[in-house]
Amino acid sequence: MSEARAAAPFEPKVVAYCCTYCAYTAGDLAGSMRLEYAPNVRVVKILCTGKIDAVLLLRALEDGADAVYVAGCALGDCHFQEGNLRAIQTVAHAKKLLAEIGLEPERLEFFHVPASAGPLFAQRANEMTDRARRLGPNPLRSTARQPAGGKLARQPDPHPPLPPAKHGKLVHHTE
Amino acid sequence: MIVAKRKPLEQIEAMLEGFNKILIVGCGTCVAVCMAGGEKEVELLAAELRMRSKLQGRPRTIDEMTVTRQCDKEYLDQLAKHVADYDVILSTGCGAGVQFLAERYDDKIVLPALNTLFIGVAEGPGIWSQRCMACSECILDQTGGICPMTLCAKNLLNGPCGGTNHGKCEVDGQKDCAWTLIYRRLEKLGRLDLLEKIQPPKDYGAMTKPGRFTHEAFQQAEQHEE
Repeated sequence: MSEARAAAPFEPKVVAYCCTYCAYTAGDLAGSMRLEYAPNVRVVKILCTGKIDAVLLLRALEDGADAVYVAGCALGDCHFQEGNLRAIQTVAHAKKLLAEIGLEPERLEFFHVPASAGPLFAQRANEMTDRARRLGPNPLRSTARQPAGGKLARQPDPHPPLPPAKHGKLVHHTE
Repeated sequence: MIVAKRKPLEQIEAMLEGFNKILIVGCGTCVAVCMAGGEKEVELLAAELRMRSKLQGRPRTIDEMTVTRQCDKEYLDQLAKHVADYDVILSTGCGAGVQFLAERYDDKIVLPALNTLFIGVAEGPGIWSQRCMACSECILDQTGGICPMTLCAKNLLNGPCGGTNHGKCEVDGQKDCAWTLIYRRLEKLGRLDLLEKIQPPKDYGAMTKPGRFTHEAFQQAEQHEE
């Protein structure tokens, strides 16, 4: 770790995958209620937490996030019936993978945040930021492919082509 | 389909000790369906190995490629232009895939990332169970579509042993007695008469390994080549 970074106080970078129907709406509500919560949280809106894959969670941590959480609907409230149940399984599996790798599984969590729970959204954001602060910087941050700070490597394509099937194609990881 | 599960990461790491350029080759058929070695699982394994090596402060090149099937030569050829760049190939195919890959690229070290379990079916999301042991002589027509070779601990072909216990097996009380299942199924189908037919002793010679089979349509061609 560079000296400049060591000198500056550690500010964790937290990624929150929020379901559009519940947690993201709760985030909106938290804003409308003028609630203050940790600015360290980067919210990623997803259609349903059921779409979350362990690869996405691992990749966020590989790319330098200090903590990652998935926020979905309350039990029984999923817009797609069982998306949040799947996400609970996925997060539990990814935690096991993190333990295997040697990274603290506590850096990853699943929360239920109903759409009406603005204060809970803020509470969870603070809770996860505090936890990241307690755990310290993610040791993978120094080798992340993109610098921490939330800047996009390139502008997103407004009309992305359908992803081609990758069978038979080499996926090369440039470091 | 062939059901397999990933080896523990520690074991995979131990195999990869000393290699710096690793190509993980996935298989898009059986092991993709049983969530062990398809494109997605290869991506996950590669991410895990990369993160681990970064945490240990010794970065390695870990690239991925998934082919449609590792048990067909045509798909393995797609790897030809890449394999020279790597020290080792880690295959997430079943045992057959790993061997075929090692045969096709016999100058490369090919390592298995999975433990191959059985030929089975998906009982539910993430749950698979064995249904066939490839005995080469199918008798499912006699047993109401339930295989006593696979499901009966003693491979009995003519009814249950004395150990059947209220529909459970004496070898493992958690498992159903295959012959109770068969009786109930045949009863439902009105085909209990099938139970009166005596099955001849099983020809275990047919199961002798390694098996080899040439489709009839290709037998002449093979003889011609010889």
